[in-house]
Amino acid sequence: MAIKVLKPGLATTVQDLGRPGYYHIGIPLSGGMDRHALAAANLLVGNPEGAAVLEAVFMGPELEFTEDATVAITGAELPPKLDGEPRETWTSFKVRRGQILSFDFLKQGARGYIAVAGGIDVPVVLGSRSTYALGALGGFNGRKLEAGDELPVGKAVAAVKDGRTVAKDLRGQPAGVPTELRAMPGLYWHRITEAAGNGFFSDTWKVAPEADRIGYRFKGGKSLEFVPREPPFGAGSDPSNITDACYPYGSIQVPGGTEPIVLHRDAVSGGGYFMVGTVIAADMDLIGQLQPNTPVKFVKVGMDQALAARKNRAELLGKLRTALA
Amino acid sequence: MQTRFSFGGDEHIFAEVGEAMSLEAFFKSLFVTNAVRDAKIKGVIEICPANASYQVKFDPDQIKPDDLLAELKRLDTGSEKSEPVIKTRIIEIPVLYNDPWTRETLMRFRERHQDPNGTDLEYAARINGLESVDAFIKAHSSAPWFVSMVGFVAGLPFLYQMVERNRQLQAPKYLRPRTDTPKLTVGHGGCFSCIYSVRGAGGYQMFGITPMPIYDPNQKISYLRDFMCLFRPGDIVKWKPIDRAAYDAAVADVDAGRFAPVIRDVSFSLTDFNRDIDAYNRKLDGVLHGH
Repeated sequence: MAIKVLKPGLATTVQDLGRPGYYHIGIPLSGGMDRHALAAANLLVGNPEGAAVLEAVFMGPELEFTEDATVAITGAELPPKLDGEPRETWTSFKVRRGQILSFDFLKQGARGYIAVAGGIDVPVVLGSRSTYALGALGGFNGRKLEAGDELPVGKAVAAVKDGRTVAKDLRGQPAGVPTELRAMPGLYWHRITEAAGNGFFSDTWKVAPEADRIGYRFKGGKSLEFVPREPPFGAGSDPSNITDACYPYGSIQVPGGTEPIVLHRDAVSGGGYFMVGTVIAADMDLIGQLQPNTPVKFVKVGMDQALAARKNRAELLGKLRTALA
Repeated sequence: MQTRFSFGGDEHIFAEVGEAMSLEAFFKSLFVTNAVRDAKIKGVIEICPANASYQVKFDPDQIKPDDLLAELKRLDTGSEKSEPVIKTRIIEIPVLYNDPWTRETLMRFRERHQDPNGTDLEYAARINGLESVDAFIKAHSSAPWFVSMVGFVAGLPFLYQMVERNRQLQAPKYLRPRTDTPKLTVGHGGCFSCIYSVRGAGGYQMFGITPMPIYDPNQKISYLRDFMCLFRPGDIVKWKPIDRAAYDAAVADVDAGRFAPVIRDVSFSLTDFNRDIDAYNRKLDGVLHGH
């Protein structure tokens, strides 16, 4: 079967759990920005957790189905409509051949995940179906969807019931205002003054409009003050420059010391900007659901807290699996 | 050289071999990352060598962060003993310097540049104390360069010139990064040259363009059929200045599937290189051109 793309939305891409192993040549992990929501969408329709789905940001696509299908939409509150009739998010439902799935305006969050029983069956490239648009690699022809595209869908492994749903406390979406993102200082922490380090964690930041799969920029906090030094050979003259190095996923780079950028799943793998620390793995999913202007606080944590948070996040996924088994 | 280690969140260890760029730091990064790969440590997901640093991504559910850190420190110390000799490749890259496409782009982004009234080449020549653009092109293309890191975007090589530090070309990045750079632009920032593998944002000075693709996600180009990215850290690059006619001919050859890049296997010894850099580079040229 296939799905015809009538309207592509703003930036809808095919994503799975990503493509590890090629970062050393500049090809990033890619995959869903909110992996928990991606897994939930798949489990709702009886797919393996890492099957390929559509990730729609801010605005949903309009899709026509050539065969009967079971679908589920998770992540952002992007209310689905079937032939104009409202349907629930986080709940599986049937689509009949010829019906059109569209979406109402975004109510909450930023990225919706659209899973179809059988998964989006684009070719596997370097071990993944994820789209890496900057490198024109993977997904549907290496790019975001366009009107007229026909997405192949795989064969569903098992008959699934519609009306399956995920309880609110298992959805793992960002809660509270401001959103707290836990981060471990390190990398180049010694390069900024103590006051600047304290200010970074006490200021409230806001998500800037430049926020995409490569990175999320934040504004509104104080500029960082660097400890004076002679620039080392190769680093460049700006105090925020380093000799070009690798960037960890989640690392918080601060070009010119002014606006922090948290690198995400389509990260550039390296470059010459100072990094203040790294957002812990457990909180990376939350970033993908932040809309521009959302207030955010970075919360300083150590390795023990990061590992405890990681365990909590894994337990949440475990409960989700049990609930949908 | 004392490596500085730090955690990048709960999934990365970042190791800075040297704050400054040097061939010694680069070779150490290359050796340690090879040793880490050979050690096949459980839980290690990605090993990324960089210019004067490296990064290891790991799964803390499979290996305790402190255990991996201890293992990396052990391998880091062990690497001091290895002979700085590598088996590598030397690759000739044709370049049309001062080409019309980067010129059009640099004019479009002129207000983001240190010298709004000149070109990137004129600016780079001046700040490096060279009397003309031609003298700059000669300095850029007469000695070879090491691929000291691959990354930023898919297959993009960072290149470090194999000359004494006082002869190395340096240039700052644009005051504000461009939102556009032609594909296959030869750029320069800090002490590093690069080849932009894809069209997109960039902050390096733009000097020219190569007709030779270095990344092909569809793997249709003959020399990229085995793998979509051409470069590996440790490759040696020699620029070959070409004119517009040669550029157009090379593009036609690439399109027709008959472009054959000049690539030779070579062994490189850092100790021998440091003993007489110019003589060593002449020897490398000999390997490239078979004399």
